[in-house]
Amino acid sequence: MAKEEQDKILDEVTQSDYKYGFVTDIENDDIGRGLSEDVIRMISAKKNEPEFMLEFRLKAYRHWLTMKMPEWAYLKIPEINYQDIIYYSSPKQKAKLESMDDVDPEIRATFDKLGIPLDEQKLLSNVAVDVVMDSSSVKTTFKQALAEKGVIFCSFSDAVQEHPDLIQEYMGTVVPIQDNFFAALNSAVFSDGSFVYIPKGVRCPMELSTYFRINAENTGQFERTLIVCEDDSYVSYLEGCTAPMRDENQLHAAIVEIIVKDNAEVKYSTVQNWYPGNKEGLGGIYNFVTKRGICEGKNAKLMWAQVETGSAVTWKYPSTILKGDGSSSEFYSVAVTNNHQQADTGSKMIHIGNNTKSTIISKGISAGKSSNSYRGLVKVTKNCEGARNFSQCDSLLLGDKCGAHTFPYLEIGNKSAKVEHEATTSKIGEDQIFYCNQRGISTEDAIGLIVNGYAKEVINKMPMEFAVEAQKLLAISLEGSVG
Amino acid sequence: MLSIKNLHVSIDGKEILKGINLEIKPGEVHAIMGPNGAGKSTLASVLAGRDLYEVTEGEIIFQGKNLLDMAPEDRAKEGIFLGFQYPIEIPGVSTVNFMKTAVNEHRKHKGLDPLTASDFLRLMRDKKALVEIDSKLTNRSVNEGFSGGEKKKNEIFQMAMLEPKLAVLDETDSGLDIDALRIVANGVNKLKTAENSTIVITHYQRLLDYIIPDVVHVLFDGRIVKTAGKELALELEEKGYDWIKEENGK
Repeated sequence: MAKEEQDKILDEVTQSDYKYGFVTDIENDDIGRGLSEDVIRMISAKKNEPEFMLEFRLKAYRHWLTMKMPEWAYLKIPEINYQDIIYYSSPKQKAKLESMDDVDPEIRATFDKLGIPLDEQKLLSNVAVDVVMDSSSVKTTFKQALAEKGVIFCSFSDAVQEHPDLIQEYMGTVVPIQDNFFAALNSAVFSDGSFVYIPKGVRCPMELSTYFRINAENTGQFERTLIVCEDDSYVSYLEGCTAPMRDENQLHAAIVEIIVKDNAEVKYSTVQNWYPGNKEGLGGIYNFVTKRGICEGKNAKLMWAQVETGSAVTWKYPSTILKGDGSSSEFYSVAVTNNHQQADTGSKMIHIGNNTKSTIISKGISAGKSSNSYRGLVKVTKNCEGARNFSQCDSLLLGDKCGAHTFPYLEIGNKSAKVEHEATTSKIGEDQIFYCNQRGISTEDAIGLIVNGYAKEVINKMPMEFAVEAQKLLAISLEGSVG
Repeated sequence: MLSIKNLHVSIDGKEILKGINLEIKPGEVHAIMGPNGAGKSTLASVLAGRDLYEVTEGEIIFQGKNLLDMAPEDRAKEGIFLGFQYPIEIPGVSTVNFMKTAVNEHRKHKGLDPLTASDFLRLMRDKKALVEIDSKLTNRSVNEGFSGGEKKKNEIFQMAMLEPKLAVLDETDSGLDIDALRIVANGVNKLKTAENSTIVITHYQRLLDYIIPDVVHVLFDGRIVKTAGKELALELEEKGYDWIKEENGK
C-alpha cells in the first residue's frame, strides 16, 4: 500500500467515534473535591457503614499517605492531583428501590442507550446484572431468583449492610490495603461495586454481570468487587464499563478480589471500554486496577478473559495465587490501543501449591501512535513441586507509529517447574489485506476479519453475548487502521 | 472481455512491462509463458490492482470499463479473480467466514441479498465436490499451515465459489505434484464456460497438457514477443527459451 494511502487510512481511524460518550443529566449528591480523613469519614457515614469499615478505610488512607505512585510501568502519565478529584458522587434518587418504577427514568434511559436494560423482562434471561453509576449501585436484577439457590449477588454497599460478617472475613485478604498505591487509595475511598457469594456445591444458574458507568464530572470511580466461591461451586462473572467523553482525564482505580475454594471454578470476563480520549490524546480514563484471585482450595480453577479497548492509560495485571494443590488458572487477554492510548497490562501467576498449572495468552493490538506493553510474572515458590506454566504473548502492529513491548519476568524457585514462554510480533501484512481485497473484501472489512481472527483464541473464552460485543468492539476501535 | 493496450509498468522506477498488447474474448483460454523475470507475475498483479506497481502508460479495458480506475476489491467484484502464486495465510480467520464475507460482497455488488447460512453451506458443499477439495482444509483458517498443493487447491476452490468472468492463474502449477496438478486442472476445466475467460501464467508446458489453451503468448523482457496456437507451448518445451532470447537479441 502506498505511503499516502496508508497515512490517509490511519488518519481515518481517529474519526471513528466513541459510541458511549454521552452524559446523563441527573442530579448528583457529591462531597466536593479533595481527600482527607474527614472526607473518608464522610463517605463512610453517607453509606452508614459499621465501625470496622471506617477503620479499614482510615488504615488504608494512612498507609496510602506514605506511598508514592509507581513509576516502573512503561507509561507516560502526567502528574495526578489527588486533591482535585471528587471521591464520592452518587446519582440522587430514592433511598431504597422496591421495583423498576423507582429507578430514575433518566438513569433507565442511560442504560437502555448502552444496551443494558434494567427491566428484568427485557433482559437476556440468563444474565443477572448489577449496575453501578459513579459511586453507587443503581440496581441489581434477578436478586430473588438467585437467593433461592443461596447465591448472594448484590452491590458492595448492600453486602456491607446485610452480610457484614462475610465482608469482614474476606475483604482485603487477597489484595491487602498496603498492596500498592492504587489499592491503598481504593481501600480508603471505594464507594461501591459488587459482591458475589456462591455457597458450597452450588452452580450459579445464570451469568452474573456488573456494568460500570462513570457519569459525573471530575469524579473518580473506585469500585470494589469481591467474589467468594465455596467448595464445589461455580460462577461465571462478567464486567463491562463505559464513560462519557470529557476533556479532562478521570481516574478509575478498582479492586477485584476472588476467593476460590476446593474444586470450585470461577470465570471472570471483562470488556473494558472506558472513554479512551480523543484523537489528540485529550481526556480519557486513567485505569489503574488491581485484580487478584486466590485458588485457595485443591483443584480450584480461576479463568480471566478480558478484552480491553478503552481508557487513555491502562495499568492492570489480573493475577492468580495458586495455593491449593492441583489448582489452575488461565489468563486470556486482548488489549487494543489506538491513537494516543497507553496500556501496560499482563498477568501474574504465583505457584505455591504442588502440581499447579497456569496459562497466559496475551494478544496486544496497537494502532495509531499508541503504546501497548505486556508485563507478566510467573513465580514458582521454593516448595512448589510440579508447577507448569505456558505463556504466549503476541503483538500485532497496525501502521508504523505505534509500539509494542514485552516484559516477561520469571522467578523459578523449584527445579521441577516447567515454564514455557513464546512471544511474537507481527504486522498486519499488506499481502493479507490485498489477498482479501482480491476476493472482493474492502480494506476496512479485511482488518476486521484479520484482527478478529488474531484475537479469536481469547474471544472464544468469553460467554456468548460478551463475545459478540467484544468482536464488534474490536472492529469499531480499529475502524480504518491499516499497516 | 479484456483489452490491454501499450501497457507500461514500473516498480521503484524500474520498467518491468514495456508495452503489452493483449485481447481476450469471452470463452477463451490464453496461456502466457516466458522465462523467469519476464514480467508474467507483474502483469497478473497489475490486473488485480496491486499498488506496488506504477502504470506509466497504456490502458486496460475490462468489459467496457477502465480497470485502472478501480480499487482491487471492485475489480474482484466486477469479475476478476487472481489465483495467487503464493497464497497468503490468514491465521484465525476460518475459510468459511472468509468465503462467506467474499461471496456476500459479490452478491451485494450485484444487488442480491446475502446468502442464508444454510444456502451458503450448500454452495460450499457443491463447490468443494466440484474441485475435489477436502473438508478438512475448508474447516481450517485460510491457508494456515497448508502445503503448497493444498494452497493451490484452495485457490481453485475460491475461484469456484466466486465464479469470476476472468480468472488469472499465476503459476498455479508451481510446487504441485502430478495428482494435485490434475485436480487443479480439472477444477479449472469444469469451471470453464462459453462466457468466462482464463489467463494461465506458467513457466512450463506441463499444465497445458491438462488445460488446453486457445492462444499461447511468450512474454520476454516486458513484451509479448510471440503469439500462436497451442503448438507453441510444445515447441517451447522442446527447445527451451534460449532461441527466444537469441531472436530478441539478449
